[in-house]
Formats: sequence, C-alpha cells, structure tokens
Amino acid sequence: MTRNVVRSRPVGRRIMLKGSAAALAGLSAPYLNTVTAYSQTGAFNWKRFQGQKIEVAMAKSPRGDLLQKHEKEFVELTGIQVGSEQIPEQQHRQKLVIEFNSGNPSFDVQMLAWHVQKRMVGKSKWMEDIRPLLKDAQITAPDLDFADFGEAGLRWATQADGRMDTFPFNIDYWMIYWNKELFAAKGMKYPQSFEEMVDTARKMTDASAGIYGWTSRGLKNANVPVWTSFMLGNDMDPVHPKTLQLQTTTPEAVAAAALYQKMNKEYAAPGTVGYNWYECQASFMQGRAGMWLDGIGFAPPLEDPTKSKIVGKVGYGVMPKGPKARHSATFGDGLGVSSFSKKKEAAYLYCQWATNKAMQARLLQSGGGSPCRKSAYVDKETVASIKLPREWLDCMTESLNIGRPGLPEIVPVTEFRDVFGIGLTNTIGGADPAAELKKATEQFQPVLDKSEKA
Amino acid sequence: MVAQARAPSAAPGAPAGTAIDRRRQYYRFIYPALAIILAVIVFPWLFTLYMSVHEWKVGSAREFVGFDNYLKLAADQRFRESVGHTLYFTFLAVLLPLGFGTLAALVFHRDFPLRGLLRTIFILPMMATPVAVALVWTMMFHPQLGVLNYLLGLAGIPPHTWVYSPGTVISSLVLVEIWHWTPLVMLIVLGGLAAAPTEPYESAVIDGASRFQMFRYITLPLIMPFIVVAAVIRTIDALKTFDTIYVITQGGPGTSSETINIFLYLQAFAFYNIGYASAVVVVFFVLVVMLSLLLLYLRQRAKWT
Repeated sequence: MTRNVVRSRPVGRRIMLKGSAAALAGLSAPYLNTVTAYSQTGAFNWKRFQGQKIEVAMAKSPRGDLLQKHEKEFVELTGIQVGSEQIPEQQHRQKLVIEFNSGNPSFDVQMLAWHVQKRMVGKSKWMEDIRPLLKDAQITAPDLDFADFGEAGLRWATQADGRMDTFPFNIDYWMIYWNKELFAAKGMKYPQSFEEMVDTARKMTDASAGIYGWTSRGLKNANVPVWTSFMLGNDMDPVHPKTLQLQTTTPEAVAAAALYQKMNKEYAAPGTVGYNWYECQASFMQGRAGMWLDGIGFAPPLEDPTKSKIVGKVGYGVMPKGPKARHSATFGDGLGVSSFSKKKEAAYLYCQWATNKAMQARLLQSGGGSPCRKSAYVDKETVASIKLPREWLDCMTESLNIGRPGLPEIVPVTEFRDVFGIGLTNTIGGADPAAELKKATEQFQPVLDKSEKA
Repeated sequence: MVAQARAPSAAPGAPAGTAIDRRRQYYRFIYPALAIILAVIVFPWLFTLYMSVHEWKVGSAREFVGFDNYLKLAADQRFRESVGHTLYFTFLAVLLPLGFGTLAALVFHRDFPLRGLLRTIFILPMMATPVAVALVWTMMFHPQLGVLNYLLGLAGIPPHTWVYSPGTVISSLVLVEIWHWTPLVMLIVLGGLAAAPTEPYESAVIDGASRFQMFRYITLPLIMPFIVVAAVIRTIDALKTFDTIYVITQGGPGTSSETINIFLYLQAFAFYNIGYASAVVVVFFVLVVMLSLLLLYLRQRAKWT
C-alpha cells in the first residue's frame, strides 16, 4: 500500500528541480573539475578527463610545428580536445604577459621562453608548480621517467625558490657553424680557443673577394647572447645568479665586449651592425662567411640544397675555450600549466605527452631543437634517422655537457638586452667597450633594482 | 517663433512645442553613435591620461606619480632622439613622394601610347601590404647579397650599407616609402590635373607664355589644393609608420631609426612600462595635432580663389 502511495505520488516541482540538478551535476562532472577533481580513487588513466578541451599557446617555431603535427595522437590517447595556436615569438611573449596579468588567460598550456620570461612568470606565480602533481600517481603517467630529463633542462625549469613551473622541452645550444671549404682553402683547422678563433677569422677575411671570417648578430637586443657567450668563456655571468648583482663592468665583461667588437668590426661584413640571425644565416649559406656563432637550431636550412650553397660543407663546432672556461650559452623553452586554468589536470596530461620520450625523439629527428631528455640522444633508431650530419649531433651532445644560461634570470630581460645591445652596437661603430658597458650598467641598474623591489 | 525659425523641418504654422518635441526625438538617434564614441574614443583617451600620471608596470601595483612621467620624458635623450628621427623621416617621406608623384602625374596627364598600361603598372606598389614590402626590401638591402648592391656593382659603384649603417638608415627607409607611396600622390594630383580648366592655357598661349611659365603660373596654382590634400594624407601616414621600420630595422642600428612609434612600442609591449608609454602617447598626440593644424592652415591658403 505504502509502495503504491509512493508510486502514485505525483512528481512535484521541487523533486523535478532536484532531480534535474543531480543529473546535470553528474553529466557535467568531468567538465567542472578543478585541481582537486582528480582526487578520486583508481590508478592512472589517460582517459580520465576525456571530453574536456584545452587551449595551448605556442610561439611560432619548429617545436610548435612538431606539437601540432602530432596533436591527434594526444587526442586519441586521452579523448581531450586540443585547440592550439602558434603566433610569432615576440607577440606570443606579449600575449602571455598581458593575458596572465588580466587574471583570465585564454590558454591552459603555454610554451615559455625560459631565457626571457622565466623569472617574471615565477615571481608572479602565473604557472602551476608541477612538483606536487609529479608525486601524484593518479595523475602522473607511470612511464613518465622524470629522471630522464637532463641537468641543463631541469636547471632552466626550476625557479630560484625551488618551484618547477614547466616541463623541460627544448634547449638551444650556441655553437659555431664553420665553412669547411673556406677553411680548407686557407689550410686551417677549427679553432679550439678564443685566441685561435680571432686568428682564424683574421686569416680568412678577404674583403676584396667579399669573404669574411666571421658573422654574428650586430642588431641591438639580438646581439647580447653573442657577448654573453664570450663572457661565459671568461667564467662570468652578466648578472650573479644568486645575488642578482650586475657583473657587466667587470674586467671579464669588458674583455668579452672587446672581443665582440674585434670580431664584428674587423672580420665581419660591413653592415653587421644591423644583422640579426637572418642576415647572418643568409651570408653563411651563400658561402660568404667562414664562421657563424648562433643557436644550433638554425642547422636544417644550411643542409637544404634548395636554400643553401654549402650543403655538405658545413662544420658544426663546439664553442671554443675562453681564457677561463669553456661554455655553450643555452636558451630554451618549457611547457607548463596556467595557474588560472580550470582544466589543470587535462593541461598537465598534455605537458606529459608533449615531453614524453617519443616526442623528444621526434624533436631531435626533425632537427628543429635539442631535446631535454637524455634518452633521445642514445636511442639508436632515433640517431640513425636524423637527416642532419652526425657532426651536428656530436656538437649538440658535447655542448650539452658545457651548457650554461646565456641570459640572466631577471624580470626585465628585454630591457637588459635592449640597453646592453645598444652599447654593443656602438662598439662596432668604434665606441670604447668599457665606456659603453659602464653607461649601459648605470642606465640598467635602477631598472633591475626596481624590478626586484616590485 | 524662435523655435520655428531654428527648426526648418517644422511645418509652417505648427505649434512651437511640436518642433521642440521633434528635435528631442532626433537627439535619440544620436545616442548610439554617442555611446560608441564615448566607449572607443573618449574613454580610452581619459584612461590614457589617467595612466600617464601613474607609474604602472604590468604585473606591479599602480602608483600615482603626477607629472613625473612627462618630466622623465623631457629628460630622456632616447625619446628626444626618437622625436628627431620621426620629424626627419616624416619630412623626407612626405616631400619626396610629393615631388616624384607630381612629376609622374604631369607625365601621365599627357597623351602617349600605352599610357593606361604604364599608369596601371605605376600604381601597383601601392596595392602591396607594407609588411610584405618591408620583407622584400630587407632582402634587397642586404649588404653582401642584396640586389641593390649588385646593381650598383654593375654600374661600377662600390657597395653601400643602406639600412645597416646609422648614417644612411633613415634615408634608405625613405626609399621604401617613396617606392610605396609615390603612386598615391600621383593619383591625387592626376585628379587635380583632370579637373583643371583649359581656358587659362588658351589665354596663355595667345599671350605667348612659355611652357615653364604656364606650369609655374597656371598648372601649379590649380593643382596646389590637391598637392596639399596629398601632403595631409602622406604626413599622417608617415607619422604613424611602424610596420616598415619595425620589420626592416627594429629601430636600429642602435637607436638610429627609432621613431616615436618604435619607442612607444618598446616601452609598452617589450618593457611593459604602461604609465610611461601612456605619457609618450599624449606627447605624440600633441605633436600630431600641431602638425595637423599647420597643414590645415596651409590647405586654407592653397584654396582656389
């Protein structure tokens, strides 16, 4: 009887509302998760957050191309939809700052240029610390193998306070491309020290034939890594990594600026003062420059017969030894999860996939970057499939052991590059390196002080 | 009565109150446009003024600093140099296309075979996107590999450093502007020539005037209002030039081609000094208004009387 009464009881408005709310909550549970939503029981499951959609913001680069090319693999693996965009590097960096600052960024995952934005992002805590997530077996893939990430990448990915807000993804090592044909014509070998480098450039320069021994960036801002590369050979960072004091007027810094001046003023083509990597690459590819100091990621076009006149004649040299040390300046990118994201777990899964062993091996195969995982360099299949010469890979693996950050980890990196870049450009025009560095240091010191107080 | 006199649309003999009501109704049509103007012009301006009196770096707290940003600008040598570069660039990028454009208009105004085809070819550069134009010119300017130095070499002239030298960078950038925008001036002046009356020329021929005298005393005064219009358009364009300079030199070598626009871009979007950049915007606005007033004055003087 009671049962019947209950059965025959008409469904009221409140019951309907309650039932609808419960059904909606159940259906939308996977879409409403926050950072705590994955705290369910059960083992790791790639498909736990299927049905969600994440946005990925990347700088236009071969790395971005690679991620987009294999994106479907992630979608099939997780059931998470991905909306990704690549925009030019400068605009991408501006987008990150402006959108993070708004507190409501349009992306869940972002590619971060460590050498420009690491400290800014770290200081503002705009990205999620991945350390607690790494310890959580429910959200971290069992085959992640975090120990496979090399020291250089982990160093870049870790903030001064120990937070780790990115997965190591790519490191660009600075090295010297050299033209074997021009070297052979002069009977010279690849230099092993800064002194030999100067001597080689001098002997190779023949302005009347339009051949110059050296080419490197002269354009302000872009030129600073050339100077810091020379500084690292003097065992000196432009800014002390711990005290954050400028070390730009030290004898080592001045010696590096003097070397920069000599190489670009005496052994590089007229007009170097306005050269960015593009102009350097063009000169080198056309066989007009003996040596070119820049990032190892610029190699693929040099070996492309449709673009280069020196295919098969390119040498890939590890940075020569400086007066005090031998270092390769490093720059790089990490992938991290936005602190403002409503889909942090899905975003975290994407980062794991994007930096897994297979993707890192593909990065090496494509020649578009240098993986941060050690396994990529020892995997025989990967190494055998690389289209670039073996010498390129050897240069990369040797540089890996002598890598050191090429730009200071400070908030106003762009201003640092701008102010010191102008000074370096002036030295090519004949200005005194010590005076230019002193002027730039006086100009930049208040900016640095203010940024640290803020 | 007064209301009727001021409202020509009111029917004759209609009560005064009706006309006033109608005028009130008309105002309603203005409100949407007014709201948009307030939202996209007035508010941004007021907000820019507000920001310009604050020390505000993206990611940091805002702090009221009064006119400190303006005082800092006055003492900023780099900013002062950028003003100089802007004026120098604008002067050349207006004057030279005006000269060449007027000359081209005089040529194309004459009747000769294939005139239509050649005129079409002449205006092609104007249709190209500035960024694409800048990228092509960057390749052409390359000191070692560029086609410009190759052509100089064919003529036995030693290579030039073009945009890669502080001394020649602005004049080289103006070269791009001349190539790009001379056709626009030509089209405007050509319109003026087509509209010019023929009677003064007939009288001049009867009076025995030379060709130069006819140009100096008839043609030039007749097309002067059109040249001034072209000058106004070119000045606004040249002052706001950003894409060409940024793509080709990024303000370099050093800061030798850094115009106010480039300086402003760096402060706002590279260094994130929003307060300081806002002060630059205000000063730039004053400069633009002053130049506009000067050009309007010249336009009044050049009108046909």
